[in-house]
Amino acid sequence: MTATVAAPETPAVRRVPVVRGYRFELVKLLTQWRVRVLIIACWLAPALFVAVVSQQASLPVDTLFGRWMHSTGWAGPLVLLGFSGSWALPLLTSLIAGDVFAAEDRLGTWRHLLVAVRSPRRIFVAKALSSLTVIVVLVIGLVVSSTVSGLLVVGNRQLIGLDGHLLSPGNAAGTVFLAWLCALAPTLALAAIGLLGSVALGRSPMGLLLPAVVALAMQIVQQLPVPVAFRLALPGYAFISWNGLFTSPAQLGPLLIGVIVSLAWTLVATGLAYFLFVRRDFTNPTHDGSGRLALTAGLLPLVVLLGVTTAAVAPVTGFGSGIDQDKVQRAVAVEFAHLYRLQTKQLNRADVTEEQLQAAAECTKGGDQVAARGPGNDWRCVVSWHIPGVAAAGSAIYQLDINPLGRYVADGDGPKEVNGFFLVRTPSGDEPNPLWQFDGNIELLPVNPKG
Amino acid sequence: MDAPPTVRARDLAKYFGEVVALDGVDLDVAPGQIHGLVGPNGAGKTTLLGLLLGLAVPDRGTLEILGTPVGRALAVPEGVAGFVDGPGLYPSMTARQNLAALAALRGDTTLDIDDAIDQVGLTDVADDRVRGFSLGMRQRLGLAAALLTKPRLLILDEPSNGLDPAGKKHVYGVLTRLAANGTAVMLSSHRMDDVEALCSEVTILSTGRVAFSGPISKLASENSELDYRVRTSDPAAARRHAADARGIRLRDQDAIQDAAQDAAQDAAQHAVQDGVEVLVISASVPALDEFVKRLVGDDIAVRELAPVVSPLEAAFLALTEQQETN
Repeated sequence: MTATVAAPETPAVRRVPVVRGYRFELVKLLTQWRVRVLIIACWLAPALFVAVVSQQASLPVDTLFGRWMHSTGWAGPLVLLGFSGSWALPLLTSLIAGDVFAAEDRLGTWRHLLVAVRSPRRIFVAKALSSLTVIVVLVIGLVVSSTVSGLLVVGNRQLIGLDGHLLSPGNAAGTVFLAWLCALAPTLALAAIGLLGSVALGRSPMGLLLPAVVALAMQIVQQLPVPVAFRLALPGYAFISWNGLFTSPAQLGPLLIGVIVSLAWTLVATGLAYFLFVRRDFTNPTHDGSGRLALTAGLLPLVVLLGVTTAAVAPVTGFGSGIDQDKVQRAVAVEFAHLYRLQTKQLNRADVTEEQLQAAAECTKGGDQVAARGPGNDWRCVVSWHIPGVAAAGSAIYQLDINPLGRYVADGDGPKEVNGFFLVRTPSGDEPNPLWQFDGNIELLPVNPKG
Repeated sequence: MDAPPTVRARDLAKYFGEVVALDGVDLDVAPGQIHGLVGPNGAGKTTLLGLLLGLAVPDRGTLEILGTPVGRALAVPEGVAGFVDGPGLYPSMTARQNLAALAALRGDTTLDIDDAIDQVGLTDVADDRVRGFSLGMRQRLGLAAALLTKPRLLILDEPSNGLDPAGKKHVYGVLTRLAANGTAVMLSSHRMDDVEALCSEVTILSTGRVAFSGPISKLASENSELDYRVRTSDPAAARRHAADARGIRLRDQDAIQDAAQDAAQDAAQHAVQDGVEVLVISASVPALDEFVKRLVGDDIAVRELAPVVSPLEAAFLALTEQQETN
């Protein structure tokens, strides 16, 4: 059956623009029940969590800002940020970015997609952008949901920073959103690792789990006594270093390094995923993109990046733990002064300034048996201060548990008039005693004592 | 003016490492032609269809599609559609959403989704999720996705997989209409009856090489001998004639079984069950002609004369046997 027909003009090769490919990928993602459930969960679950926790008697004091969830609505999104950095964001990136390429392998739709779009490069860009969009929508859901709930249930009140200074509600709002924005950088890095895993590991479930596994590995490393340079070179450090925004002055050094490292990982991992993807042979039915070459090409450059970043950061950070006696004493003294002033206001006493208090701390580690540096739960500080018009200096004792990240919990050990009681009686009722136990943060980078 | 061939391939070769998927393949597909592609597993059918869809470029040879040389991957001209290795659908979407997403991807608002769905007979399930579709329904929806773009070259890999007889008839109707309107259709299949029913020309591939390419009718003349079933008014006389005739061999049950030709075996057994003696002979076309003339000349009525297996199937089986022997 051979027909003879007039030859129509042959249309030129037409590639699908990235915008259309992006919309196509977005539609595919949003029709998946798993993605829909995640979106609903991210927009509702944080609100529920903050509302419930803010109403219960015991607070999540192990989580940063958890002890202030009764006091201000701005603590809710920060507690959620701490939790999300550890668990939620790595899992979300796994489920979205970790599956965006592997799903086509599973469904056997690569060839169909390539014939329709006609450009692996554009497919890659469209997939990367669409998965990024969904991840951002999920993160916005976490922020908005927890913030709105916190403000409605607890209220738009002052937030106590990690050095005890007070942030006005407006200031707190800006800083909370900035903290979440900073956490977006390591989220992107994990998403890029997810893309890489999805491309390099094909149908293997390991591709889907890669961001979560990498995040877990990074958390384990962060709990080990590794040099601070290595700690900051890990792409997840910005999940931790946002804490520095809540001191005055802000500890911007670790935060900036963390964000830059995360963005570098994002670029390199995305570039590797792209490199592997455009080289894939889609005509070979036995090849799903995975294999030793893909693993080597995907893994080795990231190991090299980690080494290079560590070497680049080391001159700034040194190879120690970043925690020494001077830093601990300074951090505890500054925070105590801020919180003492807060307690003074709660007790309706005459206001004093931090300068008038001249607070100082003498800290030792392990009862002088070991060098006073590094993390540990055997730090002990004696804080002294002066009240105007009173000759004798006051003093209070604190036991400190400092973790390798520089975060500490100071537990009051007397006198009971200062830090012995959990609550203080104020004219408006009982409130948590800010000096009984407080969280703080030691900057791991070398600091100028005047700063 | 005469339209250029929709597909013109010369000396195509494709390698996957040390595996030779295609080697020296020539192919011509004219507009309006339904061209079948058959061959044993691993013969290179999917690879060839992949090249026609632009999924890869040949390692050697030239390929022109719709008059345009194809020099790099994914650079086939507009007007080529189809699928290899399954229709490529997204199970979380409905049938209509799958096609709508594809139409949106092409940015063509004139594409008639409802018409494409209607053409393949899926209107009733257009808003059902593809997750619940049978294989046959997916095949039909895959065809609808290809039809959506009004292709001038349609590539289909095993399009009748999973189709029930009614679905198959429906799809055949669609393909025949398309061809009548000038679209070239290239389809691969393991079902010889499908290929014979639909295709005017066929290419048989074996281990990456073309074993035959041309009209199916030509296959019969190229095959030196085929098995035929003969039913006459006088079976005993017919048997004597067959035994005496030059170029005719009587096939007994054992021989048929030895050849592992199930169709022939079935046919012979069926004849015995009916209590009617049916001759199964092996003959070339000229010898068969002579045999029929002798029967008619001896006043023996020929009531049935049909190949036990079709020329295409015989060629395919011969190739398969040859491959197994090798």
